[in-house]
Amino acid sequence: MAEATLTGPTALRTANGTPLKAALARASRRARLRAFLLVAPLLLFIVVTFVLPIGQMLHRSVHNDAFSAHMPALGAWFAANPRGTAPDEAAFAALAEDLRAAAAARSIGTVGTRINYEVPGTRSLFTSTARNAARLAPPYREALLAHNPDWGRADVWAAMRGASSAYSASFYLAALDLRRTPEGAVVRVEPGQRIYGQLFLRTFVLSAAITLICLALGFPVAHLLATLPLRRANLLMILVLLPFWTSLLVRTSAWIVLLQGQGVVNNVLVALGLVPEDGRLALMHNATGTIVAMTHILLPFMILPLYAVMKTIPPAYARAARSLGATSWTAFRRIYLPLCAPGIGAGAMLVFILAVGYYITPALVGGASGQLISNQIAYHMQTSLNWSLGAALATLLLAAVLALYWLYDRLVGIDNMKLG
Amino acid sequence: MHLGTLLAATALAAGLAATAAAQEVVVLGWGGAYTQSQVEAYHKPFTAATGIRVVSVDADNPATPIKAQVEAGNVTIDVASVEYADAVRLCDEGLLEVIDHAILAPAPDGTPATEDFLPGMLTDCMVGTDVFATVYAYDKTKFGDNPPTTIADFFDTARFPGKRGVRRGAKATLEMALMGDGVPADQVYSVLATPEGVERALAKLGAIKSEIVWWTAGSQPVQLLADGEVAMTIGWNGRLFNAAVGEGKPFAIVWDGQVYESEGWVIPKGAPNLENALKFVAFSTATEPLARAAEWISYGPPRASSAPLVGVFQLDGKTPMGPNLPTSPENLTNALLSDLDFWVDRDAELNERFNAWLLAN
Repeated sequence: MAEATLTGPTALRTANGTPLKAALARASRRARLRAFLLVAPLLLFIVVTFVLPIGQMLHRSVHNDAFSAHMPALGAWFAANPRGTAPDEAAFAALAEDLRAAAAARSIGTVGTRINYEVPGTRSLFTSTARNAARLAPPYREALLAHNPDWGRADVWAAMRGASSAYSASFYLAALDLRRTPEGAVVRVEPGQRIYGQLFLRTFVLSAAITLICLALGFPVAHLLATLPLRRANLLMILVLLPFWTSLLVRTSAWIVLLQGQGVVNNVLVALGLVPEDGRLALMHNATGTIVAMTHILLPFMILPLYAVMKTIPPAYARAARSLGATSWTAFRRIYLPLCAPGIGAGAMLVFILAVGYYITPALVGGASGQLISNQIAYHMQTSLNWSLGAALATLLLAAVLALYWLYDRLVGIDNMKLG
Repeated sequence: MHLGTLLAATALAAGLAATAAAQEVVVLGWGGAYTQSQVEAYHKPFTAATGIRVVSVDADNPATPIKAQVEAGNVTIDVASVEYADAVRLCDEGLLEVIDHAILAPAPDGTPATEDFLPGMLTDCMVGTDVFATVYAYDKTKFGDNPPTTIADFFDTARFPGKRGVRRGAKATLEMALMGDGVPADQVYSVLATPEGVERALAKLGAIKSEIVWWTAGSQPVQLLADGEVAMTIGWNGRLFNAAVGEGKPFAIVWDGQVYESEGWVIPKGAPNLENALKFVAFSTATEPLARAAEWISYGPPRASSAPLVGVFQLDGKTPMGPNLPTSPENLTNALLSDLDFWVDRDAELNERFNAWLLAN
């Protein structure tokens, strides 16, 4: 009945005669539009600077057309003949045709590099043959095998078949220390070439250690901050924040000055006679350097959420517990610690996730044993220029962090986290 | 109205001035003493002669940003200084402009550039600027009367105790390890081409692994040696020489078992100021500027006609440069020319193996 009055001829109308419902809808639509326009710049910013690059990275980890784009004739032969077909004269003719075209277009290096990822040492097979491709004459099978017998290798042909499709999982296999045999089976690479599994493990172990040290060091500081009188707490807060505002590079360089063999720490130890002159401690260029410098740099990320939570815990609770007969340890364990849990969760989460992706500090003070997976990602992005492998490693790292986040949500609950 | 005309005229004049100032060429170098030598010998005279401003920027290895920039279609570099093997590799991948050798200046006596440049100094995409060597140097204050003299001494921490600085990378490191293990220079690459040879080189490094401080940028080994962090370090001869002679550091270079190679200018495909880039390359690789550059850093000039013109070290005004160049005959008694074909092909694979070895404890 009420509905009928709203929409019927006798419906309520605004002063200018439009039905009230329509006017309301229009007003709320306008408000929604305004709200959307207000957040639109941020949304656009996030899409352009965050969603698109990550999407591109995910895409690049499975997509590499370095071979397929420049070797069309051979690609067509692979498409027409199923896996396991031995390369015949038509295949070699297609190969020769593509090599000739790639040599003329100066794309042969790209093609060779792509196959070199799968079968190391084959780049020159492509470049040297392409340099002489103009002189190749039928029958191509004999001509190519005479030029270099490696053209008959089954693993080279298997790698070319794999690369003839722009989309492949081979970079994920490489990122997991796996490879595909010419027969198509997936096996682990030789022990001497297994890098990434070990690095992922080291990254998570070091990050966990750094998180625990940050918690142990940050907890008392945060407690002090929350309980001191305001004026002294402010001073202490500035001391916490000052390094936080200092450039990362400056802080890392400062640690180099402190930790190096001829550095401040070692000099003091030697001067005090605690360490002999020829037995100076190796405090950097190893995992110790990474842990020390990263703990210092990430400490504020632990202290601030802890402080924000501790500030809201009335001291009366602990006093009440004590008055009811709890020892100070019981009051801490049963009352204070559970109340701090959201801050601990937030701080640990922040520190751990930041540590897992850390790159500059380990690069500068980590030496060889303090390197993390992000250094290897940077290596593939900047030096080896194997972007697909770098992207695959980065995607795995992202997936691992998301899995941990999910686990945290299941075990502790993400609503139970307080960031400040 | 009058004021308006005046403003418009001023704006126009300012616009013209801006266009003139926009005549520039961006040159990417390796930083440190090496870039300084290029600024003094090439950049400043070039600007004086042509009015084109040279913007000098640095990278740990200028070859690496080129691929990123060309593939992203956002090239900001006009000229870059890269190692020979990288120049060939990037050229094969179509990331560089082909440089017509006809633009290069002939020698003062009229010899065409293609004959004046030493063999291997000109490729399709690269014009050589110098020959440098990866050598090792030691801290004179640490070894007194019994200094190291051979490449084997570098790996002998029993007789010559102390930390060692080594570049974190396979190239030159593996060759020096093999020579330190007694492989003659002319057999290094045939040994390194086999898996056993690679393992042998790594084993040699492995014997002193706990003593090694790894470096990545060319200025780091000089710093490590100066700070007393290491007793000996592998490094590039020019920077070590400049620190020793130019800044009076107690360093001595050991000319034994070093690896020498050339480097030069390349132009990334799609360079924004291509015309200026070509002018810059032609200008800086003439006989005279190449000889001047060798007076600022001890890297050998790539032209036959430049060698006799090289005088004394500009930073102290008295040390003759000739005997300190990697190309000087007395320094070549046991030296290895870096094998370009080997590294173009094996760089990725050997670095992967090297990294795996490095990360294994």
